[in-house]
Amino acid sequence: MEKMPRWADAVLVPLFSLVLAAILSAVVILAIGESPVKAFKLMVDGALMRSAGWGYTLYYATNFMFTGLAVAVAFHARMFNIGGEGQAMLGGLGVALVCLYIPWPHWTLALIGATVGGALFGAAWALIPAYLQAKRGSHIVITTIMFNYIAFSVLNYLLVNVLIAKGSMDPATPKFPEPTHLPTFQDMFSTETTTLFKSAPANVSFFLAILACIFVWLLIWRTRLGFEIRSFGHSETAANYAGISGVKITIIAMLISGALAGLMAVNTTQGEAERLVLNSTEGAGFIGIAVALMGRNHPVGVFIAALLFGFLYQGGAELAFWTSIPRELIVVIQALVILFTGALDNMVRMPLERLFLALHKKEPN
Amino acid sequence: MSRAQVTEPAIELKGISKAFGPVQANKDISIRVMPGTIHGIIGENGAGKSTLMSILYGFYKADKGEIFINGNHTVIPDSQAAIAAGIGMVFQHFKLVQNFTVLENIILGAEDGKFLKPSLAKARKTLIELEQEYGLEVDPDAVVEEIGVGQQQRVEILKALYREAQILILDEPTGVLTPAEAAQLFRILARLKEEGKTIILITHKLREIMDITDTVSVMRRGEMTATVKTSDTSPEELAELMVGRKVLLRVDKAPANPGVEVLSVENLRVTDEAGVERLKGVSLNVRAGEILGIAGVSGNGQSELLEVLGGMCSGTGSIRINGQEIDLTGKFSDGQSRRARGIAHVPEDRQREGLIMDFHAWENMIFGYHHDDEYQSNRFLMDNSGITRLAQEKMERFDVRPPNPRLTAKSFSGGNQQKIVLAREIERNPDLLLVGQPTRGVDIGAIEFIHQQIIALRDAGKAILLVSVELDEIMSMSDRIAVMFDGLIMGERLPSETDEKELGLLMAGINGEAA
Amino acid sequence: MDLNTLLLVLDSTVRLATPLLLACLAGLYSERAGIFDIGLEGKMLMAAFFSAAVAFVTGSAWLGLLAGIASSMVLSAIHGLASITFRGNQLISGVAINFLAAGMTVVVAQSWFKQGGRTPSLQGDARFNPIDLPLAETLSGIPLLGPIYHELLSGHTVLVYIAFAAVPFTWWLLFRTRFGLRLRAVGENPESVDTAGVSVIGLRFAAVAIAGILCGIAGAYLGTALQAGFVKDMTAGRGFIALAALIFAKWRPWYALSATLLFGLLQAIAVRFQNIDLGGFVIPVQFMEALPYILTVVILAGFVGKAIPPRAGGEPYVKER
Repeated sequence: MEKMPRWADAVLVPLFSLVLAAILSAVVILAIGESPVKAFKLMVDGALMRSAGWGYTLYYATNFMFTGLAVAVAFHARMFNIGGEGQAMLGGLGVALVCLYIPWPHWTLALIGATVGGALFGAAWALIPAYLQAKRGSHIVITTIMFNYIAFSVLNYLLVNVLIAKGSMDPATPKFPEPTHLPTFQDMFSTETTTLFKSAPANVSFFLAILACIFVWLLIWRTRLGFEIRSFGHSETAANYAGISGVKITIIAMLISGALAGLMAVNTTQGEAERLVLNSTEGAGFIGIAVALMGRNHPVGVFIAALLFGFLYQGGAELAFWTSIPRELIVVIQALVILFTGALDNMVRMPLERLFLALHKKEPN
Repeated sequence: MSRAQVTEPAIELKGISKAFGPVQANKDISIRVMPGTIHGIIGENGAGKSTLMSILYGFYKADKGEIFINGNHTVIPDSQAAIAAGIGMVFQHFKLVQNFTVLENIILGAEDGKFLKPSLAKARKTLIELEQEYGLEVDPDAVVEEIGVGQQQRVEILKALYREAQILILDEPTGVLTPAEAAQLFRILARLKEEGKTIILITHKLREIMDITDTVSVMRRGEMTATVKTSDTSPEELAELMVGRKVLLRVDKAPANPGVEVLSVENLRVTDEAGVERLKGVSLNVRAGEILGIAGVSGNGQSELLEVLGGMCSGTGSIRINGQEIDLTGKFSDGQSRRARGIAHVPEDRQREGLIMDFHAWENMIFGYHHDDEYQSNRFLMDNSGITRLAQEKMERFDVRPPNPRLTAKSFSGGNQQKIVLAREIERNPDLLLVGQPTRGVDIGAIEFIHQQIIALRDAGKAILLVSVELDEIMSMSDRIAVMFDGLIMGERLPSETDEKELGLLMAGINGEAA
Repeated sequence: MDLNTLLLVLDSTVRLATPLLLACLAGLYSERAGIFDIGLEGKMLMAAFFSAAVAFVTGSAWLGLLAGIASSMVLSAIHGLASITFRGNQLISGVAINFLAAGMTVVVAQSWFKQGGRTPSLQGDARFNPIDLPLAETLSGIPLLGPIYHELLSGHTVLVYIAFAAVPFTWWLLFRTRFGLRLRAVGENPESVDTAGVSVIGLRFAAVAIAGILCGIAGAYLGTALQAGFVKDMTAGRGFIALAALIFAKWRPWYALSATLLFGLLQAIAVRFQNIDLGGFVIPVQFMEALPYILTVVILAGFVGKAIPPRAGGEPYVKER
């Protein structure tokens, strides 16, 4: 029998973890001599009270949806893909090549092309770790970490030596041609009288991220492949009984995971920077871990958690602007969320389970 | 070593009980073992022997009961206390560090002081003495993973002796040994007994009990059913005590009406990952409309037989289904293609293999058959609501309680979990049904229902291969019975022409006809 | 390349290898006991900040060192709590620790020093200063050996000598003492330790604590010796290179020394030469930077000798079924 209802495990454990992380963060803010209440107000004001703030929040959330989904899909096959960062970097390369070297007539076609390019390059970067895990048992966590660093070196080399704009010292590609530029929320939602999302980076790839959430939801819960991925993730022996190939699932799940991480580049590289820069990922690949853990590997959860982290990111930037609290406070919160939802989950779960057991006993059977 | 002590038992257990969750592994067990004797504990796998001994060794904590060592009440909260009380244990799965040398394994936890050199030197000296005393030869500097299992077992014994154990417990010590190695082990045990050590030997092999023990206790389903002097008993009596005369479940069935041969197996061999040959050339056949029961003490190759037939592992030899050869290399065939060929499989371990415990019942209802177009609503998406509806119908037909397809598998009782697996496999209308331990951990009420369903499938003209360690189940269900021992078929009998005694002997590797 | 250039490169190899070596040995203790530790990076970073901060405030590098060790051990305790006590996922715990350190160091640095997440530059006794070995000056005139002694062996901070001394010490502790025997056993087969009546939990916490101390020294070296103060993310992936070196070294102390020296050399070459011209074919500096990671993947794939990790690594020990 289950000690506590499913919904409680899915909702209360992340919520409780978030509360714990929030309390500890408040303690940190107090310790450095600022007021947590004031800080929270500033964050809400900056991230949610103006459309420009929303424009940033949703831009960050778009990144985190892609990377969160990437981690989640791998988790469903019981693999820990820490390589989202590197896969997103390579995705950026794919997007850049597609945007730079193919003459697109219109942004809609360029978006499709960039989506394919980003996904392919991201997936390709996940392929080697996936193959080594499936065939040679090399631990995917270590290999994906290594591939993050290798990705940085590859990108660094290409940007400095090959793709760099002529006459520039900045390791970045030239600006992408005009027809590849994606409409921002400002372009899309402003009317003649009111300007909404003023100069915020949120763009049409936000909707691509929502599509990705729906895609993952369908994939995991409505397709045979998703059924096999989940089966393999829950029990390798049962998967063997059912004739599900572990090698195949490991590789396919990682390819999908890498592709999703690579898609993030559509937002950052094509949508925002409109050129490929060296640090375009800005750690979003790692935030995907927190997002997936907190979202319980479910697309709806990932969507909500990504919005939350988008808010934290934008709010954190506001904090850094108006107070002495640096942006890195958000990294602390991110760490605490990962710690409580992913590693100390038993500690969080135990008191909740006891609570439910006590409630259960009170009811007459 | 005189006076009253002589009459005190070396070990006395009083009323030991231990449960793992809902499973009662030991129920109110009492036992007395006199010093300087070899005491056997016999019973089927899962009877609770190993649990009892792990409690004595402080590896598990008993829920209830007391332990007396040499007449003194002794509390054994951990292995340290057991060692201090003079108890040594050789586990069935050795607790050795594979990349350590023999000597390092022996001193681990029993070092003299903080530095290894003096400890190793002392151990080396003691080892030579022990070797000479008991004939326990082993190279002290060999790395454990590079020596054979027989040698590894000696290391375990030496570990106990090095800790000056007076009482030695051996759990299924011959399970991994060749007959020659086993004979050597028994010579060593006899020497140990001569030197005044007390030995407890846990086994499911009758011959070992008869050969070497002074007294024997029989365990069945967590309970101690008898303790007798070995010289006062016979293998036949022990076999009966061990397998048990359970109330025969009545199974109503008409005589079989066998048709064409559905399954034909020839010279089937399976080698496991550790390189041990588990099936050593099995040949058998099953015809349409009959149940072939495979009897045997578990661990004699039945699991591997089911696995290779179900496509879970590779093997050599030949399997033909409806006259067509099946690929055994695992390259061109797996569980999916076996199902496509009409082989359904109710696995022995439904919780680890047959079901995914965190999946809903409706998902489990198509597990293994999830590629079937019947379950798709279009080319890409599965028809989840249709599957759920179908699952509910099947659950109702198979009397799964509650018939709610949206509950997870782990929230059903053992019997209802098994009904889900059976419903899934039987409703696919297979030509051949493989069934392993259909009623293990199943409540009485569900047993009869499950048996009826299997019989009904037989009467519908399907071939059934039934593996069970429950002899009465085999006796009442089968149309023919094959007994497996040590990876081979020991013999085949008709249920009407044999009895439990004969089957029990065959299961213990003793061929009645030859004797 | 003349002798002087060679000596310069080797000298900087030693400096760059030191933090790798300490972190690698930290990982060695932890993983030998069956606890995966991908939080080496975070522990070093935390220690780098707190050692530099305390050294700046007190003016004593030694007090800084103690503070660095203490802060690193706090993170070790969290890791132990998650992975030993609560049987959580050791990898996720390590990831969390890395981020915790990356965030906390900057937040606290900004609050204390208000210099954009760094400490002020350390001067005088707030830094570990080079030690001249006896007669270094006198002997420097001797051809070949003199410069080697003077440039390469002499003139490092005490932490460098501690790091190199830690190698034989670790070897001795692991392979010549009771503690080492038990530690290695608990990472291979915790049941063997448990049935021998020794506490699995105790041993594992001890190993994690030692890892904390070593990462603390490594961080203090970065913050108070190699550089004159803490800057944001100053570990720059050294924790992961150390992890790579550990796999490369097959979890052995002497091999760890060779592996970290090799990786240190790669870093030193990348710093000194940028792009290496091999007669028309140019090896880009980025390739040199990525080489440790590429080597690790090749090793992991089992193409160059199989690296077999401790058998019980990453698995929480659960006795009762």
